[in-house]
Order: sequence, then C-alpha cells, then structure tokens
Amino acid sequence: MAKTLTRSAASSSGFGVDAEGAKRLLSDMLLIRRFEEKAAEAYALGKIGGFLHLYIGEEAVAVGATSVLRPDDYAISAYREHGHCLAKGSDPKRVMAELHGRRDGLSKGKGGSMHLFDRSTNFLGGHAIVGAHLPIAVGVAFAIKYRGGDQVIVCYFGDGAVPEGEFHEAMNLAALWKLPVIFLCENNRYAMGTSVERALAQTEIWKFGQTYGVPSEKVDGMDVLAVRDAVGRAVARTRQEKIPALIEADTYRYRGHSMRDPAGAVYRTKEEVEREKLRDPIVLFRDKILSAGLLSEADIRAIEKDVNDRIDEAVAFADASPEPPGEWLFTDIYKEA
Amino acid sequence: MAVMTYREALNMALREEMRRDPNVFVIGEEVGLYEGAYKVTQGLLKEFGPQRVVDTPIAESGFTGVGIGAAMAGLRPVVEMMTFNFALLALDQIVNSAAKMHYMSGGQFNVPIVIRGPGGPAAQLAAQHSQSMETYFYHVPGLKVVRPTTPMDAKGLLKSSIRDDNPVIFIEAETLYNVKGEVPEDPDFLIPLGKAIVRREGTDVTVIAYMGMMYRALEAAEELEKEGISVELVDPRTLRPMDTETIINSVRKTHRVVVVEAGAGFAGMGSEIAASVTEQAFDDLDAPVERVTGANAPMPYARNLERLKTPSKDKIVAAIRRVCCVNGHANGS
Repeated sequence: MAKTLTRSAASSSGFGVDAEGAKRLLSDMLLIRRFEEKAAEAYALGKIGGFLHLYIGEEAVAVGATSVLRPDDYAISAYREHGHCLAKGSDPKRVMAELHGRRDGLSKGKGGSMHLFDRSTNFLGGHAIVGAHLPIAVGVAFAIKYRGGDQVIVCYFGDGAVPEGEFHEAMNLAALWKLPVIFLCENNRYAMGTSVERALAQTEIWKFGQTYGVPSEKVDGMDVLAVRDAVGRAVARTRQEKIPALIEADTYRYRGHSMRDPAGAVYRTKEEVEREKLRDPIVLFRDKILSAGLLSEADIRAIEKDVNDRIDEAVAFADASPEPPGEWLFTDIYKEA
Repeated sequence: MAVMTYREALNMALREEMRRDPNVFVIGEEVGLYEGAYKVTQGLLKEFGPQRVVDTPIAESGFTGVGIGAAMAGLRPVVEMMTFNFALLALDQIVNSAAKMHYMSGGQFNVPIVIRGPGGPAAQLAAQHSQSMETYFYHVPGLKVVRPTTPMDAKGLLKSSIRDDNPVIFIEAETLYNVKGEVPEDPDFLIPLGKAIVRREGTDVTVIAYMGMMYRALEAAEELEKEGISVELVDPRTLRPMDTETIINSVRKTHRVVVVEAGAGFAGMGSEIAASVTEQAFDDLDAPVERVTGANAPMPYARNLERLKTPSKDKIVAAIRRVCCVNGHANGS
C-alpha cells in the first residue's frame, strides 16, 4: 500500500483512476476490512485486550486520502487508526502484532491498538485523548514550513473532536500562520453514543472552516473516488499555497464504538445501520469498477485472495511473535543521549 | 564569570542555544514583540526574527501541542508559559502527549521540548497565579523537571534542557528574576540535569531546599551557625530525575534531615524525599525527617495571610532545632 496514485493516471476510465489504480484502491480497502474482521475475532478469543475501535465502514476515507499523498507526507490520527496506519503503508504483520501486545509490533507492544506509530511511513500515531492530536498536527506543519519543505500533513479526527477546544485552537493557529495541514474529519455521526445533533450547535462541521477562513468542503466519505478527488484538490492547494484545509467526510461505522459496544444498538436503530450498509464503500466501488469494465470478476477474486492471504499471514505472525521481555517495562521512557 | 541577574542568565542561555542550533525556536504568549511578560526573551525577536520567536494567541493547549508536533518532526521548541499556572491548560498535552510519546511509540518518536516559565509563590498574586507547580509534573514518568535556584544554574540548566532529547519542565520564579550572581560567559557552560549540589557544607543537619526556599534556608543556616549548629544545604536542582545519591551521602554525614518546600505539603516533594531517605538511610538517621512546607491552603491575597502560607526563615530554624534536639544531641551542647 501507500504508493502514490498520480493524478496523471486519472481519467482514462472517466472517473479518475485506471485499472491499476482501481485495483490498488480496492485492495487497500479490502485489506483494512479483513484486518479489522480478524482483529475482532482475535479480540473475541482474548488475544487482543483493552479497547479495540474498528474502522469497518470508513475504509474509503483513509484509502482515498492516502492515495493522493506522497510517501514523505505525514499522517496523524486518533484511536480508530488501524486503517490510516495501514493505508499509509505499514506492514499489516507488525500492526497486528502491536494489537496482540507482542514484541514485533510497531511500538514493541507498548502502544497497542490506540497507539500505532510508524516512523518509516511518517505515520505519527495513534492518539487517544480526543482532540489532542490536532495541535500536534499543526506543529508538524509548522516544522515543515520552518524548514521550507513542501510536504503536507493529513490529520484524521472524528466528529467527537469538534466540540473540543483543541479543534478550534488548531484551526485558528493553522489558519493564522498559514500552515500545510489538512484537517480531515471523519463524521461517522456518533461520538461514542452521542450523535452530532446532541453534541454540536452547528452540525455542518465543514462550516467551521469558513469561520477561520480555511477552504472547506463536505464529501461523501463512502465514495473512495470522491474522497480522492476532494483530498487531492486540497493537497495540491495546501502544498502550493501553504494554507490549511478542512474536509468533512460523511461516513459511518458499521460496528459499535469499540468491541465493548459490539452492537452499537442503544443510540441508533438497526434500520439505520442496515440502510447505511447499502452504501458500503467497498461494495459500491467494486460494482462501479465492474460495470465500468475496469476489472473483471476474476481480477477481483484474485485481489480478495491476495488480501486474505496477507491478513492470515499477519495473524500468524502476531501469534508467533513473543511477548516483550520484562525489562522493556523500563526502556523507552527517556531517549538516552 | 560575569555578574548578572537570573533573568539575564536565562536570556543568555536562550540566545546562545539559538545561535548554536537553528532548530531551536521560542514560542509562547508575548515572547516576541512584547519581549516576554517578564522580559526573559528580551531582544530575541530582533536577533532571530519572527520565524524563530513566535508570538501566539492565548491558547496554551494549542501552542504546547504545536511545540510537541514540531519536536516530533525534529525541531527543538522552547515553549514559554507566561506563568506556569497557565500550564494546567496544557496539562493533557504535557502529560499525555509529550511525556508518553517516546514510550508508546516504542522509541520511534522522542519529544525534545522545553516548557519554561515562572512558578511558585509570587507577591500578592493570590490563589491562581502563585502556586508551586512542579508537583503536577514530577509525578510523570517521561518528564524531566528542573528548578534552578541561582543565575548560574538558570543558565547551565536551561542550556542542558534545550539540548536534552526529552520533554523538560523548567520552572523559574518571579521572585528570583532580579537576583544577581556570577555566571560563566562560556557558551559551552552546561550543568547536567539530574545532579544536585551541596550549596553549603555542614556537619549537624542536612537541609534540602530549592528556589526561594533555598535562600531562606541559607539565612536560617547563618543564624544557627551563631548557635553552633552546622547546617549542610543540598539543592536538588533537578526534581526528576532526582539525585538521591548526593542527598543520601549528606544524610550519612549529618544523620538529621529537614526538607523545605514552598508548596502545600500533602504528597509533596518533601514527602518523596523523606520516603527516599527513610528507605535508603534509615539506620543513619538520628531523628525523624522533618518537613517544612507551605500551608495546606490556597494562596491568599492579603499580605499577612500570604506570609503565613509560605515557610518562613523562623519556621525553618525551628525545624532544624527540633531535629537537632532529638536524642539529646543538639550540637554545641
């Protein structure tokens, strides 16, 4: 994953990507879906503990956004971040090992599901206090500008972060100082069990960008091509003009808030969930590329098999990886000179 | 050596480190155009420009997070808290982000940031602007916490903090900014973090204190000298990591301990030091460890009440006399 789809590869199909690009988008979304399904199984078996927040249903956002980034661009996220980390190019084996608390995990088993970091892909975490990573993203953008670089940082966060003060502090500072950060809000409509209607006086989240003079738009977060298009335009503008952007992706999580809320049934109706499944980003995209003739049924079966194999391999790797040794309790607290 | 104020020593440290390393920058409220609410950053904007001396709006959590992100991306921010009381607005960023990043990323991302500014009892600033703030930070693994008592320490410790690869909480004092002392002008002068200093040699009792309390303890020691009580003064300088070795060595010599701290005593630095001494040098003690602490009350405004809140020289003297009289061993008798 994580290879950049260039904008020039677009258009032969009429909707933005060629066969190779379509294959990659589908493959990346499927990889995240299978990864999350296997993580849920491992959680049920007691192999993964703590909080486990699944990204199932939201795959189009991470995959669409990452497809227009360069490898040296940064990404940072909250605690529902497996998808963002995988999309940015992390090895599923090491991500799964981290969820299992094993020594070969990205963070040596010390971070867990909510604290994935990968320096090799410029994935900066994995932050589990809602809103806290937004100013950090602004700081990374500050460093990019300080050094005269042309990278951008994409900062993923949920609708639950919008009422936090740090959302507004971050938006204000990024706009005030003209920093290359793209705020990408994954509005899945529920902050844990609190709907946006019960949390926000302004439920059109993208409109907060207007207040700060930040180019803002709303996009269908279940349509990977739409995400790719919106984020692609924002990245191009941000890279060139060094100004932030706010994109609100309208998306939905099919599972509960975490594995401790498996049904997610108290605060939303079964009918709503079933209705949202009709716009499953993977099903929609598969249908679209089939009917456009970009890929055949056989091509898609091959992609599915490849993804299943890679995830099986990741689970086996995580199972086989040893627990971190006891002395690691006291390593990495401070960086030694 | 030059004689200068504590404020000037800090300014010199910032200036030297900014000249030495282009990745060092200063960020905070009023640090640039206004030249610092307490003028610690005076002249920096003129020398280094607005890219490296960054004025922020009032958004402590926001600009502290900016510092953390910049540090993760390789810069070395020095974040000024106009007063450390305001750092509570950034406590989550400091405790949950800065302190834990290196650990929870399995050593992939360190955060070389200094968060500095004045804290501790001030002059009639009342409950919200006059508190000993170190308590909130030294509990946290992943942070280093520095409290420099003298101008020389201010310079040497700030420079070491800026060069450190970890988050450092560096708490100065409003009441010390005008204190003068000798400071080496050598731009490579450093004082290592985690090293205490014996400020005054003595044989009868070890008094552990820092910042304003060290100056009061010095007065107490001079008064008691006339009575024949010889006081050794130890200044930890860095509260985390704590140099317990220097403290314990002193205790092994004097066998009696008084810890002085300005903050409210409950679960304070005095408790921690008393516990360490008891654990590591119990058999050396001739008397229970005494704590002289700030009263367990918020800081009042009224001058007379404010005086009652913070340990006075007389209280320190009385505590020293008490520990020295235990077991009939008052020195000089």
